[in-house]
Order: sequence, then structure tokens, then C-alpha cells
Amino acid sequence: MSSPVTAAEPAAVPPLPRPDLRARRRSSKGLRRGDVIWGYLLIAPTAIGLLGLSIWPAIQTFWFSFTTWGSFGGHTFSGLDNYMQVVKDPELGRSLLNTFIYTGMTLISIPLAIALAALLNRKGLRGVGVYRTLYFLPVVTLPAAISLVWKLLYNGDFGPVNALLGLVGIPGTSWLSNSHTAIYAIGIVSIWSSVGYNMVLFLAGMQSIPAEYYEAASIDGASKFRQFLRITVPLITPTTFFVAVITVINSLQAFDLVYLMVGPTSPALQSAETVVYLFYEKGIIQSQGGYAAAIAFVLLVLILIITLFQFRVQKRWVHYA
Amino acid sequence: MNLQPLTSRRGRKAAVLALAAATSLSIGLSGCSGGSSSSSGGGGGGKATITYGVWDVTQAPVMKQLAAEFHKQNPNITVQVQVTPWDSYWTKLKTSATGGSAPDTFWMNDANFEQYASGGAIKDLQPMVAKSDIKMSNYVQAQAKAYTYKGDVYGIPKDVDSIALWYNKKLFKEAGVKPPTSSWTGDDLIAAAQKLTNTAKGVYGIAAQNTGQQSFYVTIPQEGGYVISPDQTKSGLDSPQAIKGIQYWTDMINKYHVSPTLQAQTDTAPDNMFESGKIAMIYEGSWAAAEFAGVPYTKANADVADLPLLAQPGGVSNGLANVMSAKTQHPDQAWKWLEFLGSKHAADVQAKTGIVIPAYNGTAQEWATESPVSKLYNLQPFADELKVATAYPSSQNTSAWADAIVTELNKAYTGDETAAQAAKNAAAIMNKALAAEKH
Repeated sequence: MSSPVTAAEPAAVPPLPRPDLRARRRSSKGLRRGDVIWGYLLIAPTAIGLLGLSIWPAIQTFWFSFTTWGSFGGHTFSGLDNYMQVVKDPELGRSLLNTFIYTGMTLISIPLAIALAALLNRKGLRGVGVYRTLYFLPVVTLPAAISLVWKLLYNGDFGPVNALLGLVGIPGTSWLSNSHTAIYAIGIVSIWSSVGYNMVLFLAGMQSIPAEYYEAASIDGASKFRQFLRITVPLITPTTFFVAVITVINSLQAFDLVYLMVGPTSPALQSAETVVYLFYEKGIIQSQGGYAAAIAFVLLVLILIITLFQFRVQKRWVHYA
Repeated sequence: MNLQPLTSRRGRKAAVLALAAATSLSIGLSGCSGGSSSSSGGGGGGKATITYGVWDVTQAPVMKQLAAEFHKQNPNITVQVQVTPWDSYWTKLKTSATGGSAPDTFWMNDANFEQYASGGAIKDLQPMVAKSDIKMSNYVQAQAKAYTYKGDVYGIPKDVDSIALWYNKKLFKEAGVKPPTSSWTGDDLIAAAQKLTNTAKGVYGIAAQNTGQQSFYVTIPQEGGYVISPDQTKSGLDSPQAIKGIQYWTDMINKYHVSPTLQAQTDTAPDNMFESGKIAMIYEGSWAAAEFAGVPYTKANADVADLPLLAQPGGVSNGLANVMSAKTQHPDQAWKWLEFLGSKHAADVQAKTGIVIPAYNGTAQEWATESPVSKLYNLQPFADELKVATAYPSSQNTSAWADAIVTELNKAYTGDETAAQAAKNAAAIMNKALAAEKH
């Protein structure tokens, strides 16, 4: 992408050169047998792993959702029983609500990440590497370590969070074991730990925007902030879309933070448990594998619907340059 | 949170959908592996390595010592002790038992026993017991009975525990309160707790815990009620006696304000509060003696008293047994190891270390008077409590209701519901789970 932009057409998006589709088709048809075999051999490790560790368990889980489990693996077909139970279970509704709150909060990391990326993408900023490393650190830290540290930060008796709030006269609480605050406290940790990764993706997106656009806009007298709104934000929408889709999929499957920071005997469990935590509770703790499989399948359908919806509405706001 | 970059636009749509499908369904029904045995000689009497699954880090050195001694007597058999922390022990054990890779021998407790025995995950030891010197009458009777399923022995009792009142001598002295006596009633405890509570210093008289064994599992039988009916078919949580046993605790938080809130106890474990002088009394198990002895503050300042009297003597006792995986490759060698662990000698070794009370008859007294911890603390209340305690509440699928009733009762601890309301809801959940069991 290095089409010339004349000063007379500021901020106009240049047409992309159309790829020669015929040329591509010819080359793929022209592959020799040996090449094809090599190709399959090369994707085999990933494909086998995906089939064995993801696709096959998924199919099994679908089958399990129509069965009732014994304690140690034996299962009998029970038709739609599990799904009837899912519909009636108040816990599922509650955990769905918690999951949506968590997902909504995690999405806040996207505008934050864009803002951070824009700040770090400025020319001539000193110590960029240090900042980038700092923001990226949570991504390479184990969730268990993150949870442990945040549990201490949130502690109602001696936690630094309450100490800081105390300085400005706000009374704190036991953030993680108070049923009114637990899911939000966990959501904040989720924002904190995902903002770094998203920031790196946005940085990559921003660096692929041709400098000419900004030069042209400057000549026309557009302020830095206006340039950010009119050039940067529209041109990184493909990244924004990708990050949003992945964030939603991951957040809907939230488990580790709830498991590590709340746990089974906390008074805040019911107001913090997510759908996957409920799956764990039913399937692993209470030995109801079939019912847990049905919960997993309901979650799958939900994720598919939300993801499809995102793909539908993307046409209205994503600009593929 | 693993993200994979996806490239082309069309590929991205397909890939994202596939990713959504694959990741959300494969979140974890497939098993993880435990430690299985390996054999280098094969055959019944050949060389073999047997695995032994345990959860207690404090006991691990003693178990390893016993394993080494056993290896000396049986050079062909090596025992490998595998420690899995309590929090993940049962999850891991169940997955590995389902996948056929459970340790050859492992620890079992009352709460989980029936599930493993009825599910065919552990071996019926009756034929081996019949042929050996092991006599079930040698063990604490409640435990020998607890590890019998449909008339057959499935587990050799290892140790037992009981609950007593731990208190902080220093805090009692500072507040000018006389130490607890064996004639204390529940009211005496509250009165003392009120004098000991000093909110300005962040010190409370007692911790009203929500973990059954250190709270309502003890007080419900003391009020004359039961958690589960003797035939294991009905919950007794909603009986007036049980509600009294639960309210005993919830009143400490919400009426008398002599205990930290449940939220505070969730943030900081009550044991840790006791170890740092933040609470003056705690209902805690005999197993805690070793832990408290390891902390300088509680080593110097803690001691043990009898449980305060409620309507009648009572309490709860849980016990461990050694069991054998149904799928072990070396049943003969594994049995030799279990026989060794069930001997008077192994019980003596454990009694002398003071970490646990062995289930072998008579060794409880040895533990209470001769172990190193008995030099620090008065352990007699635990030995006495064993005589009146009832078995740990359990059924075929205990875990289907054990955590769930805590979740319901929590609402009474936090003051959101009355003890009676919470008990009623907890009983309903428990009854539903019990009805789903297949006997």
C-alpha cells in the first residue's frame, strides 16, 4: 500500500490494485502431485492436533449432552433431559448475566488499547520499548500469578486498593467476596490483563497506515486529534473488528479468574460465577457430565449467534482499505 | 486467553466460526493424566513400582519415610508418593480414575468413599482382608464401618480427626478472661467472645466459619439434629435443631458481632487470622496442631479446650483410609503396601510424629500424650471428642450437595437471609441431589 496521494485530495482513500484472480487460480491448479502431498504433510501436525484435541472432543461433547453420566465415565442416553433441565435452571440465567457483565467490561479494554497504542505510536517518543514491555507484561504472566496478586490488592483488611481509597476518604470493602462488587472487580483484572495484547495489535494496525495521509491532513490544517479520529480510527477498524470478535469469544468463556479469585465457598460465588464456571461445577465437582455438556453446547450456540451478528454488522463500520 | 492471528478476510470468517466452535466445546471434558504405575519385571511377584496418591504436604515426609521402610522389607517393590494439593486432589483423582490412570493406591475420605466404591473405581479388598492378618476390629469402629460398602471392605482406615476449641492464651490474659473450661456452654463462649472482641485493634472473639466441618457439622449434632438422615436419603438441615445449630454461628456475626464477617474470612483464611492473633478462638481440627505448632506465634500462645456444651455431647469426625485403584496393574504388591500401612507399626510411626490421629485402636491416646505437639498443647479434648463424634455427613455423591449447601447457608452468614430461610433452601437442594442418587 504505497499509492501516491496528491495534495489536492487529502484524506481520500486510494483504490487498491485489484488482485489478478485468474493468475492465482492458474498457479494453484498447476501444482504437482508431490507438492500437494508435501502441503498436506506440512499442515498435518496442526490438522491432527486440531482434529484430535478440539474437533473430536467437540463432537463427543455434543453427544454427551444427550446422556446422563455415572460417576466414573459410564453414560446412558437420556434424550433431551439435560436441555429441559438447562431451561429451568436459575443458575444458568444468573451465570449468563455475570458472563455478559464480564464480557461488557472486558470490551472496555478496546478503546483503552486504541488510546494507548496511539500514544505509543507518536514519533520521537522516548522509551517506547519500555512502555510497550510494561503494558504487554500482563499478557505473558500466568493467570494464577495475576489472580494471587490481585487477591492481595483487593483484600478487605489490608489490601492496597482499600488503603488508597482510604486516603481520599472512600470506605472500601472486601471487593472479591462482596457479592455486589465481585464480578466488577474481576472485570477490572480482565481489562488490565487484555489491554496489552490488544494494544500491540492496534500498534501494528496503526503502523501500516501510510504516512502520506497524515502529511496531507497536516497540510490541510487538521489537528492531531482530528487526524486520529478521521484517519487512524477508520483505518484500524479491521483490527478493531478482529479484536472485538476474539475478545467476545474469549470473555464468554471466562473461567480462570473466577476459579482462582472467588472459589467454591465464597459468599460472592453466585454473583460472580460465569457459564464456564457453572460447567466446571456441574461437570467436574458434581459429576453431572451430561448436564455440563449441555451447558457447553448452549454456550457454543450463543457464541456462534453473537459472532455471526458481529459479522453481519461489520459491513456498516469496518473499512477494508 | 489464546489468540491466533487470522489472515484473509474470507478465511477469517470461517476460521473465527471454527475457533468459536472448537474452543467453546473443548473446554475440558477430556481427562488429564494422573500417575500410573510402571513395572520393570512384570508378573505377580516381580519388581514393581507402586504409586501412592496423597494430598497433605505436612504428612508427605512421614509417608515417604514409611515407603522407604517398606521398600527395605520388600526390595522388589518401590513406592512412589505423589502429593496433589487438597484443592485439586479430588478433581484430578476423578479424571484420572475415569481415564484409568489413577495412582495404584491413594487416600480416600468419608465424603467421597461411596462414590468411588459404588462407581467401581476402587477395589473390593474383602477377599484380600479375609486371607491376611488385617482385622477390621483393630480400627476405630465408626471408620471401619464407614469404609465398608455392601458388606465388603474397600478401604483400610488410616487416620481420624475431631474438632475442639482452639484459643489464644495471650489474648485471653490481656482481656482478663478466664480460659475456657470443660463446663463451658454456648452462652459462656459468646460472653467471653464479647469481652475479647476489640474492633479498634481488629481483634475478634471467634471466627464463625462456613466450612461445615469446623462449624455447623459440629453444632447440628450437638443441638440434637443431623445433617443427613442415617439412611442417607433425607437432609436434616431444615429441622428446628439443625437451624439452631446453624444460627449459633450466624448470630456470632450478625447479632453479637464477635466474629469477622464472612467476606473478611473469605479474603483472609480464619486459620491465618488465628495465627496472627486477630481472633481469640476457633473451632479447628486435630490436624491443625502440626500447622499451629509450625507458626512461632501460635506455638507460643495457642492451646486447646473442650467444645462448649450445647444440648447434648456430639461433634463430627472425618477419617481417611488407604484404598486401591480398581485398575491397578499390581494388585498383589499394592495390597502388601496397604497391609503395611494398616499395621500397628505404621500407626505408631504416625502417632509419634503428631501430625494425625491414627485410626488404629489405642493410638489416639499415644498421640494425645506422647507426640511432640502434645508437649505444646493439651490434646486430650480431641481424643475425648472422638468418643462422642458422629461420622462425617456423606452419601453416594456427597459433592453434589456439599458445596451447594454452603452456598445457600452463606446467605445466612452474610445476613441476607435468616438461618431458617437459608436452611430450608439448602435442605431442598440437598434433598434434590439425594433423590438423584441411584442405590
